[in-house]
Formats: sequence, C-alpha cells, structure tokens
Amino acid sequence: MTNSLKVKVWRGKQEGSFTSYDVPRRESQTVLDVVTFIQRQLDHTLSYRFSCRVGMCGSCAMTVNGVARWTCRTHVSKVAVNGELEIAPLSNLPVIKDLATDMTEFFDKWASAKGQFKGSTTRHDAFAKVDPASSARQAANAGIECIGCGVCYASCDVVAWRPAFLGPAALNRAWTLANDVRDQQQDDRLRAVAGDAGCHACHTQGSCTQRCPKQIAPTAGISGLKRLTAKAALRGKL
Amino acid sequence: MSSAVARQARAWYLQRISAMVLALCVVVHIGVIIYAVRGGLSGAEILGRTRGNWGFGLFYTIFVLACAVHVPIGVANIAEEWLGWSSRRARALFFVAGLLILLLGLRAVVGVTLR
Repeated sequence: MTNSLKVKVWRGKQEGSFTSYDVPRRESQTVLDVVTFIQRQLDHTLSYRFSCRVGMCGSCAMTVNGVARWTCRTHVSKVAVNGELEIAPLSNLPVIKDLATDMTEFFDKWASAKGQFKGSTTRHDAFAKVDPASSARQAANAGIECIGCGVCYASCDVVAWRPAFLGPAALNRAWTLANDVRDQQQDDRLRAVAGDAGCHACHTQGSCTQRCPKQIAPTAGISGLKRLTAKAALRGKL
Repeated sequence: MSSAVARQARAWYLQRISAMVLALCVVVHIGVIIYAVRGGLSGAEILGRTRGNWGFGLFYTIFVLACAVHVPIGVANIAEEWLGWSSRRARALFFVAGLLILLLGLRAVVGVTLR
C-alpha cells in the first residue's frame, strides 16, 4: 500500500477539467473517504453528494477510473491503479457542479414508466394475501432493493444514444410493479414502458446488470417486460 | 402515442421472429453451397439445378422476405442511435431499404428459378 494517492477530480460543470490532489492513504479507505478528505482538508469549494455512507441512500455514485460505482462502499484498494484515482460525475446526466449531477430526468423517467404503486383498497380493508413463494412475488423481490443510485443509468449506452430511453432503473421499477398483484394500472404501465423509449430499445448489453451495486439484474426485468408487452399486444391492450 | 408504441413494439417482435427464420435459412444456404461446390461448380450447373425448381424458389423467397423485414428495422435503429437521425427520417430509410432488398432479392430469385 502506497502512502499517498494521486487523485484527479473533475472540477466544473458540463465543461471543465480534472484537478489533481494528493490524499493520504488510509487502511479500509473508501472512495467517498477520499472525496471527503479533499473537500474538508484541501479544497472547500469541491461539490459532491452523499448522505448515509453505508450503501442505503444511493446518493454518492460517481465515475471512478471510468466506471460508475457507489463510492461509499467502494474501497480504494479495489479500484486504485498504481496509487491513482480519477473521479468524475456520473455519465448520461447533466453536471450541476464538480461531482454532483442533476438527477431530475433520471427520477422523472421513473414517473414516466408508471413507477408509482396504485392499489384498490383502503386502510379499512384487509391486507392483501400475497404468496411469497409465487413466481410473480419472487420476480418483484429480485428487483425491489434498488436504491436509485443511477449507476445503471450512467452505464447504459442506449441512454447515451436515445435520450428519451427510460433507462434500466425506471424499467426495473416498472417490472417490480408489473409483478405486484395488488397494482391496478398494469395495462397503462405496459403502454408506458413499450416501444423505442422503453424496453424494446434495450440491446441486452448487460452493463446495468454488471455494475449494479445491489446485484439487481435490470436486463432480466427488461426481458420480462418484453414478454408482458407481447402478451398485451396479442390481447390488443398495447 | 399508443399506436406509435405498438408499432415500435411490433417492429421489435418482427425483427426477432425474422431473425429466427434467417438463422435457419442461413444454415441451409451455407450447407447447400458447401455441398453443391464439391469438385467445382459452374454458373451453367447452378442454373441447371435451380431453373424450374419450385422448392428452391420458395426457400429463397422466404429468405428474401425475412431479410426484407429484418434488415431495414436494424438499419433504421442504427441510423437513429449511432447517426442521430430523427425517427421520421429513420422510418423513411426503413421503407427504402426494405423495398430495395425486396425488389433486388425477388428479382434474383425469379432470375435463377424461372428464366
């Protein structure tokens, strides 16, 4: 382990450049620790985003040595090459300043994909009985732990090529709800996620699945949505 | 909105189905080539076998139809995603490419089976 790290950090907005900093190397140091050290000890003007520091909130994702990652759970020892790190904002999102990106479009696409749950019962009704072993519930469970960090969205080439593409996270959310037997807007959701802005634009390259820090497979969910939209089309519901 | 989405989804499924047909056709096509050229093959020999062969004509008509569905969808997608074409312009390319493949392909099928 080297005594110090040479860290290049993106400074600016959409246009900008990398600035180099020397950061002391510590044991069990995470990339977020490195960024925090720079902001607190070396340059107070550095902007970045974080909250929980334990991999729950999904706010600290950045591009580390060219790969989108959650920085709070990424150890420097795993990603540093010859004691060097390059830290940039997430791709495919507008940069507000330095390492902070504008997530508005990312979350607006969740809404466009009908990512909201809509039930039919009230608090006065009995709980719905959902068999945890049913295939639909198992499929929903496989995608439900998404923390909305944007790593998949930043890693997706189709998002770069088609700005209207909803992206892996929004489609994964739609897939979990498509498998929620209580939800009441299934046909509307399939119409929202079909076509060239939705699941049919996916090239199944699998970058989202490979890089998801929660080991979710949006690619599998997108394939599931393609199956469901095919059935909906046969029923004339698309 | 709904009709555009349905059209885009239909294009995706048509491309997958045509890909399945093409996978089979290409295997048969290459297999026949390897079999037919054993010991050399002349143009006259080929035409001698294909002319009046309705099975041959039917097989390659299916091949051409599958190409005319599969290729234009892919080409339009590439134009949209890699060249930044508008969906309207890509759609025009889809029709032109489809028509071209269909006309040239069927012309070739007719040329080697009927004349």
